[in-house]
Amino acid sequence: MSELDWIARAGAKAKGKRPAFFDDPAADRMLSMLTALIGEVSVMRQRLDTVERLLDSGAPVTRAAIEAYTPDTAAAQERGELIRDYIARVMRGVQQEVEAMAAPEPAIEEVSAALRDM
Amino acid sequence: MSDIAPPYAAVARHAVFPEPKHDDAARFDFLANFNKYLSGTLGPGNARAYETRVRPAFARAHGRDPVDRFEIRRAMNADPFHRLWSGLKRNSMEMRQHNGRAMVLRQLDNLDARAAALNDGKDTLRLDPGVEVPRYQRAVDIHCMPGSYHGEERPGDVSAGANYDCGLFATTAGGLGALSDGGGQALVDWVRRERPGWQPRRILDLGATVGHNVVPLALVFPDAEVVAIDTAAPVLRYGHARAQALGATNLQFVQMNAESMAFPDGHFDWVQTTMYLHELSGTALPRVIAEGVRVLASGGLMLHLEQPQYSDAMPLYEQFIRDWDAFNNNEPFWSAMHGLDLKQLMRDAGLPDVFVTGVRAVVDTSIFPDQSQGEEDHGRAAVWNAYGAWKP
Ligand SMILES: C[S@@+](CC[C@H](N)C(=O)[O-])C[C@H]1O[C@@H](n2cnc3c(N)ncnc32)[C@H](O)[C@@H]1O
Repeated sequence: MSELDWIARAGAKAKGKRPAFFDDPAADRMLSMLTALIGEVSVMRQRLDTVERLLDSGAPVTRAAIEAYTPDTAAAQERGELIRDYIARVMRGVQQEVEAMAAPEPAIEEVSAALRDM
Repeated sequence: MSDIAPPYAAVARHAVFPEPKHDDAARFDFLANFNKYLSGTLGPGNARAYETRVRPAFARAHGRDPVDRFEIRRAMNADPFHRLWSGLKRNSMEMRQHNGRAMVLRQLDNLDARAAALNDGKDTLRLDPGVEVPRYQRAVDIHCMPGSYHGEERPGDVSAGANYDCGLFATTAGGLGALSDGGGQALVDWVRRERPGWQPRRILDLGATVGHNVVPLALVFPDAEVVAIDTAAPVLRYGHARAQALGATNLQFVQMNAESMAFPDGHFDWVQTTMYLHELSGTALPRVIAEGVRVLASGGLMLHLEQPQYSDAMPLYEQFIRDWDAFNNNEPFWSAMHGLDLKQLMRDAGLPDVFVTGVRAVVDTSIFPDQSQGEEDHGRAAVWNAYGAWKP
């Protein structure tokens, strides 16, 4: 059958102009790269988790064993926790911004000035 | 538990499902949880940005509040938090497509062969190259799916259907269940309660794509003749093979335009759609409803499962956030369609007694999140309205 360059075709652009989210197009590109990278680190971490679990089980750690590995419910839960913790770490700045919006705070400089005169 | 998306390992692998490698599954595991995080943890930041700074700034500049969801959108699009959140979400959608396509295209020879083995010689798959892709479907690739439903990487392939099937899990964070059929299961559940013992002889599903939500109907009414139509051949090829693999042999997949169908008047006892109307243009939608009413038998049921329509009762901010996909995820008809009065449209088409009822995905809650709990990811949640009517 015809040779399909699946790597090139997998990343095809969808028809339809992409919205610009930032004023500087470079920021949009950077965010795309960063988000993809965040995803790939998660993938590597999960692969490492698979290797660790195979080691724990005493089974030979081969690429075939890694590919064939399927987590049971408990392992899947632990791996889900791992991803959740990982996302919480890389997204901390954004999450704290959401927290900050809930309760407006004065700048530390103002706090310090206020405390000085107290 | 509900803070974590179900694992990709729990997705059912029927006979034409693309085989995920370890890292394909890991990518979908990441994306499912990332989407959950974007809607659950970060999503409320949009409302906060709106209330604490965007709306006050708008009011200062205009001397009034925004009057519609479009004004809110334009104001929010200048807000740094909403920009970042939207950028993250858009990237997540693109990564889902990339991963699904990589997984599918890598094994396309094998997938095409598996589908052909289930399709060849079966009269339940009827493709018609004379059916054109509607112009409104060609304008953009719906929800950033490269090639849309009708695109082929090479003639006669199933890539579009396979990619659609394998990635739905990630965008819905597992909310649709192991076979992504939580909507269809909800229909089964609903009809059993509503009309116990009803045995429709013929059922028609419009815009069926790969048949996720019509297979449950075919399986629960094995004596019924069930027909799924769509204009896109690649998803029909895949959907037919999938249905055969799942034992729904009474289900036909036919390439046909729902705006003008070849069926005689009053042919079906049940004409329905799931998550379909929002992808139709403003002129196609009333035509599809009218055609549906024409082929529906007197005493028969028309039912549409959709995201809730906007109405004056829905706060403008909620309308705005539900509109996100329209402008950021290539859903060009979403906004206008949800602004329509669907009930009135159905009445105009000859169905006087329209009812609306809330429906939530029915899934195996031992693995998948119970859809009667938790918060909604606007536009993607497995929480719908059913707009229905029995034809007089
Ligand atoms: C959002 S998908 C529907 C999802 C599907 N009903 C489900 O429950 O999984 C929309 C589908 O409608 C099809 N479509 C669009 N316009 C159509 C038309 N005029 N006639 C038939 N199918 C159409 C598209 O090809 C696409 O497969």
